[in-house]
Amino acid sequence: MKTLREESALLPAEAVFRQVVPAGDYWIDTLKQDQVLRIVDVEGNQSADTLFFNAADIADRYSAVDTIREQRNVYLRCGSKLLSTSGNVLAQIVADTVGRHDTLGGACAGESNTVRYALEKRTMHSCRDSFILAVSHHDHLGLGKRDLTHNINFFMNVPVTQDGGLSFADGLSGPGQYVELRAAMDIIVLISNCPQLNNPCNAYNPTPLEVLIWNPDVR
Amino acid sequence: MSGESAIYETLIEGGKHWSFTMRAGMQLRLIDSNGGANVGMLLYNPQNVLERYNAPDTLKCQHTFKLTKGHCLYSDMGRIFCSIIDDSVGWHDTVCGTSTQRLVAERWGERSYQQYRNGWTQNGQDAFLVEGAKYGLGRRDLAANVNWFGKVCAAEDGALSFDAANSPAGGYVDLRFEMDSLVLLHTCPHPLNMSDQYPRNPVLVRFSKAKPVGGDDFCVYSRPENARGFANTELYRLCGSEAGGGRAV
Repeated sequence: MKTLREESALLPAEAVFRQVVPAGDYWIDTLKQDQVLRIVDVEGNQSADTLFFNAADIADRYSAVDTIREQRNVYLRCGSKLLSTSGNVLAQIVADTVGRHDTLGGACAGESNTVRYALEKRTMHSCRDSFILAVSHHDHLGLGKRDLTHNINFFMNVPVTQDGGLSFADGLSGPGQYVELRAAMDIIVLISNCPQLNNPCNAYNPTPLEVLIWNPDVR
Repeated sequence: MSGESAIYETLIEGGKHWSFTMRAGMQLRLIDSNGGANVGMLLYNPQNVLERYNAPDTLKCQHTFKLTKGHCLYSDMGRIFCSIIDDSVGWHDTVCGTSTQRLVAERWGERSYQQYRNGWTQNGQDAFLVEGAKYGLGRRDLAANVNWFGKVCAAEDGALSFDAANSPAGGYVDLRFEMDSLVLLHTCPHPLNMSDQYPRNPVLVRFSKAKPVGGDDFCVYSRPENARGFANTELYRLCGSEAGGGRAV
């Protein structure tokens, strides 16, 4: 498998923001154009379910299908441009120690858990509930349930087979692996640190993520 | 399994759009009259349009990248809008989105309505916006759509390729609706179709009443996940939907 790994020269000591996001929690903030966001898979094989919105026009938001179609590839990796529903570049992956990330699998929800695992899983915490809490706690942004569409799963490995199958494989990620994005415009970033307890991909043990932000002038 | 005789049939020319509601128990057949057609489709619950077709849930619940016979189209609420009870084509795409004004203009040039009338080059995104607005839906309500008759493969490294020869003339797919569904559709080209000319392929749309879901139904039992999806849908139809038991199961 061809992958492209690119380490970053940015130093955590020079970051202007640094925060640990525990599993089952969310993080939402606005990135200014050219700021760089690093998401760290602190203990390995965690999933960072992530959405982006054009801060000036929330209807212009990350589009998984436009992104994979225009790059002619289902996997995200260093160099991938994250496109919006209007065809704008919201951000670009500028460093990545993992090699590929998923944007087909979407976010977990209580309702999809009933289908995937068992009807009685409906009340378990999920990424969708974290997304909904994030936009409800920050309702000044004007976001609601209709804005919560198909996300990126940073650090997730979802291989597609040539005969059209889809599998959820063990992650390519590991402790301390990270991905970095440079904002191409002012964007709202919404991350759910996945609380999934039913999927062997994280060994049934969701763990913390860390986010760091650098200003453009440190580059 | 073609269901009973047609209640209604109409030919949608290439590059057009339409919308309608299908009640639980209805069947929709799409026929690729000339071969090489594309039907972009989005689905919503007419009682609560916040419940909508969810491509990632559809794919991950059934561990598939393509759609074909035996697969069900899931809403984000763990329910099944419709199931694919027959398919002569074998592969339909739901990961490549739809064509946009920019894409059509770059690939085939813009043909204005002023000059070309209804021979203009309509795009999938505008088609969905026009149909969706009739039900109060806007840009924020669009999501990953199905592209019926479109085949897009992924190589081992993830590279995508579009198979222009996927759907022959007369190719068809049968959808049995398991809950009341608002259907937005268009016949604009697949966004990875690279033909020299704007493809303008007509699609025959046929409505009929579906046969009841039998005890050995192929879609219900194609995967254990689908049995649970049908259970969720049945509970909604019996207890939560306007029509009540739309039909006996």
